[in-house]
Amino acid sequence: MEKRGKLIIVEGIDGSGKSTQLHLLEKWLAFKGVNVFKSEWNSSEMVKEITSKGKKKGLLTPTTFSLLHATDFADRYERNISPLLRAGYFVLADRFVYTAFARDIVRGCNPAWVKKVYDFAVKPDVAFYFKVPVDIAVDRILIGRPKLKYYEAGMDMNLSNDPYESYRIFQGRIIEQYDALAESEGFTIIDGTLNIEEQQNIVRKKIMPLLEDMKPIRARTRR
Amino acid sequence: MTRDKYKDLGTRTVEFYGHGIKSLQDTEVKGRLIVIEGPDASGRSTQIQSITTRLEADGHAVLNTGLKRSELVGKGILEAKENYTLGKKTLALYYAADFADQFEYKIIPALQAGYIVLADRYIYTLIARNLARGLDKTWCHNLYGFAIKPDVVFYLDVEPSVLIHRVFQKNSTLDYYESGADMGLSNDMYESFLIYQKRVSQEFHLMQKRYGLIPINGNRTMQEIHNDLQKRIDNFLRHVGHK
Repeated sequence: MEKRGKLIIVEGIDGSGKSTQLHLLEKWLAFKGVNVFKSEWNSSEMVKEITSKGKKKGLLTPTTFSLLHATDFADRYERNISPLLRAGYFVLADRFVYTAFARDIVRGCNPAWVKKVYDFAVKPDVAFYFKVPVDIAVDRILIGRPKLKYYEAGMDMNLSNDPYESYRIFQGRIIEQYDALAESEGFTIIDGTLNIEEQQNIVRKKIMPLLEDMKPIRARTRR
Repeated sequence: MTRDKYKDLGTRTVEFYGHGIKSLQDTEVKGRLIVIEGPDASGRSTQIQSITTRLEADGHAVLNTGLKRSELVGKGILEAKENYTLGKKTLALYYAADFADQFEYKIIPALQAGYIVLADRYIYTLIARNLARGLDKTWCHNLYGFAIKPDVVFYLDVEPSVLIHRVFQKNSTLDYYESGADMGLSNDMYESFLIYQKRVSQEFHLMQKRYGLIPINGNRTMQEIHNDLQKRIDNFLRHVGHK
């Protein structure tokens, strides 16, 4: 694939603040006149209905859970991400293949298998990892005592009979996976406990050089 | 007749093609997995029906499985194919999810319970279709690394030119995907069908050795094919447990 656009992705557990940061980045890029497209994890219309059906029934095994999320990802990748990158867009992804690696590996899928399943995806230009201690992130999510969904809480892994306790253990294990990926995948680590503006500043500084790259293309299209 | 009625098939440990599934490692099964592969209209379903009848008459419990039949996504695939144009990787993963669901919830439990599982296609058709669509070979084989090796796999090998007549006898129309119409091989559906089926057939021939597929000449009459298959299955069942 001859890719002309840029792929920027954010990773981190729920409550790490990654979506807020991506939203602010999107606004900034749009303001600068850059063509932006955002894609969220598990959001393909086609797959969504089926995934949620299986989730409601508690029917998913680690393998089917993994494959359905891969289907969702592939649909978004083939339909949007890949063509838009070729067309020169800035594609922002709220969670990318690393979410699958972390979750599926925690659920017991074979790491080499999962990585191969997703190996058609291009490497991001920048991968931000919003790192937050598990207790802070979990408290941010659980403050209103929301009703946690079965798979969201990791109840399928028999970590604990209490959904909140299960969720806490599950998120902790995901952090371990992210930390293990951070170096080999070249994550840009952001301290998710800093205030929102400080974090956004770091994010924008990191993205700035990518905007320089884009200039020749924009100049050409103007003529 | 030397039918081995009510015979105990003996236990064995499952063997995976690739990394397998963690929770199923070292699983012992009492049943046997027999697969019949072949293109649409090759007569698979008819053959499976008569073999099932015969095995049941001999006292074996039989479970039939096939593609697109999972609780989870079976119907979803059919709907999605009607309403959306799916990318080839998306479709490949969708089918893999459908297969995995049936594999874990039907095939494995049935084998553990001592059933003969007669599968109306298994991973090979899925792999062949993906390869024919140009997906990466290692990727395609890795995808199904969680599947176990069947005890025996038959492949109904039918010449595309013979096959197309059987398709017309059955449906009088060519299926979009089974003709590879999504691949833009030709503007002419008839032409497209022949090219596509030829490719799939080539992929099967290439997989023959790797997966130990037993080719069955599918250009013959249904009765001839049936006699051939039944003889081979009887023979297989006579030898299991004596190894």
